[in-house]
Amino acid sequence: MGSEMKEVDLSVSLGSLKLKNPVMTASGTFGYAREFAPYVNLQRLGAVVVKGISLEPRIGNPSPRIVETSCGMLNAIGLENVGVKRFIAEKMDSLRASNVPVIVNILGDTLDEYREIAAQLADVEGIAAIEVNISCPNVKKGGVAFGTVPEMAEAVTAAVKKQSRVPVIVKLSPNVTDITVIARAVEAGGADSVSLINTLIGMSIDSKSRRPGLANIIGGLSGPAIKPVALRMVYQTAQAVSIPVIGIGGIETVEDILEFMLAGATAVQIGTANFINPRVSEDAVEGLAQYVKEQKMGSIRELIGALVTA
Amino acid sequence: MTQFQQKTQITRIERLAKDIVRITLESPEITSRAQPGQFVMIRTGNGHDPLLRRPFSISQTSNGKYFQILFKVVGRGTEILSHCCEGEYLSVLGPLGRGFHVDCSAPNILLGGGMGIAPLLFLGKYMSRKCISNPPKVVIGARTVSELSPLLHDFKELGLPVYPATDDGSLGYHGFVIDVLQEMNLAADTRISVCGPYPMMFAVHQFCRAKELACQVSMETTMACGMGACLGCIVPVEKGGYAHACSDGPVFDAEELLWEVK
Ligand SMILES: Cc1cc2nc3c(=O)[nH]c(=O)nc-3n(C[C@H](O)[C@H](O)[C@H](O)COP(=O)(O)OP(=O)(O)OC[C@H]3O[C@@H](n4cnc5c(N)ncnc54)[C@H](O)[C@@H]3O)c2cc1C
Ligand SMILES: Cc1cc2nc3c(=O)[nH]c(=O)nc-3n(C[C@H](O)[C@H](O)[C@H](O)COP(=O)(O)O)c2cc1C
Ligand code: FES
Repeated sequence: MGSEMKEVDLSVSLGSLKLKNPVMTASGTFGYAREFAPYVNLQRLGAVVVKGISLEPRIGNPSPRIVETSCGMLNAIGLENVGVKRFIAEKMDSLRASNVPVIVNILGDTLDEYREIAAQLADVEGIAAIEVNISCPNVKKGGVAFGTVPEMAEAVTAAVKKQSRVPVIVKLSPNVTDITVIARAVEAGGADSVSLINTLIGMSIDSKSRRPGLANIIGGLSGPAIKPVALRMVYQTAQAVSIPVIGIGGIETVEDILEFMLAGATAVQIGTANFINPRVSEDAVEGLAQYVKEQKMGSIRELIGALVTA
Repeated sequence: MTQFQQKTQITRIERLAKDIVRITLESPEITSRAQPGQFVMIRTGNGHDPLLRRPFSISQTSNGKYFQILFKVVGRGTEILSHCCEGEYLSVLGPLGRGFHVDCSAPNILLGGGMGIAPLLFLGKYMSRKCISNPPKVVIGARTVSELSPLLHDFKELGLPVYPATDDGSLGYHGFVIDVLQEMNLAADTRISVCGPYPMMFAVHQFCRAKELACQVSMETTMACGMGACLGCIVPVEKGGYAHACSDGPVFDAEELLWEVK
């Protein structure tokens, strides 16, 4: 099987970041990877994206933090994480040992925080790329999310880019009127690629108790329910920018990945589906290899943006 | 720790009471590694709705090959599971979490309320073998006789002394398990293991704190992954911040938790 697999070219490039296949795991849904080691051969994955890291540790929101919805789930974890110092001290060793490209997702309340985290990560061995979560509120600008104002999105991108020695992926928020405007802004800010979508803001109510499903009242929707929205945004963004696009949102099967690549994604991230089938990412890699072979394709890259519209 | 994701076959499904169901699943791998207090995450179907797995305590194991879950039908997921048939397969993730700490050198009391009795069966069986010279006493409660008698039978089969209580007095003591506990003569080194509704566990914790008795509790929260990835399953802890029920628990030392009047 090993030699047969080798004939199949699943490799993709996100600018200078070369991946052996387009399948990554999405931030916040794969822990720090070692949680999944009992189920997944991590080395088989294109890359893993770790839980979002902030400058200082965050304890996150009160319970309930998650609630199931039709074909999806809402979460308001509140970006609980150990902070960048403990992340480097406690999590990087096992990540390096897993032999898979590690992408570190970062977040902040202010431009300075983003800059500072990026600076602290710059000297850390074993980081393949930085992914910047810009869906966070800018506390210095009245809590407006960085990712909803083109100037702020561009400024964060430029600030992180300046500190980083590795490629910078900017993760876009879907909670905007026109995502292509933001995508172009971060491209202008120097982003090496964009990933989308982050969760869609939503809410659930239990009419019996008259209470919200989440303690935070509103949260982020993810899972199969958001796939059509994500696909549309990836399609529009891929046409608007010339940097590579990473598709995220409700991905579970090989068919889902093919759809995102046809819409213009160079690679994908799998999120919520990891909770339901912790092996889903590795299954997808195997499935893609099978597909490329069956289709007698030279490379998976032939699919990127190959949507037939005529 | 070793965990598995498996398609496991249903070898038996029993309706013990109107809305209480027991499913026996075959998995030598999960069964042989399971510890009392650990749980499994089960997919209720193959589709997208309901999307997430459901957590269930491992309530019994037998022959190193079979394990059981015991649950109450409370919503869609449990409703679907209650209609499964023998011979069908369920996707199971487990065994997950940290179970009960077992110390046979002291007298033990196991306290269960409602479906919280499920993991105590496993713990009771384990202790009945391990703590031969010092078997645990069992106090279990439910709303009414029909919910309690099938489980009472299982504990009696283990040869353990059982003290039943029902809210309506239809079986055993008329009242709550905490009332039974209060009337017992307890040695100063008694260790209490409890699983049940939050108010019950809170009451037992307060009782144990006043008497300076060791108390461990099994916490229930909403869970998306069951394996420490989603960070959804939090319980507030005394020292500030949160612990994660699926990976730091579900069993905790009651003193570690921050209890809140709900
Ligand atoms: C570690 C752990 C172990 C568990 N072990 C067991 C067990 O051994 N036996 C068992 O019966 N249950 C157990 N539970 C609870 C069980 O997971 C839930 O009852 C189940 O997920 C409900 O799924 P559902 O789809 O039927 O209900 P949902 O559709 O998710 O919910 C329907 C309704 O049921 C109510 N509900 C949801 N969860 C609970 C709950 N935990 N208790 C009471 N009402 C609830 C909700 O308020 C909602 O209105 C355990 C939970 C955890 C975290
Ligand atoms: C529980 C949970 C936690 C998440 N945490 C983060 C995070 O820390 N940073 C981030 O950029 N995205 C986070 N996300 C968003 C996902 O990475 C992903 O963009 C989104 O869930 C859509 O993909 P999916 O439908 O495949 O889950 C989180 C999602 C979930 C469900
Ligand atoms: S259930 Fe996901 S972290 Fe505990």
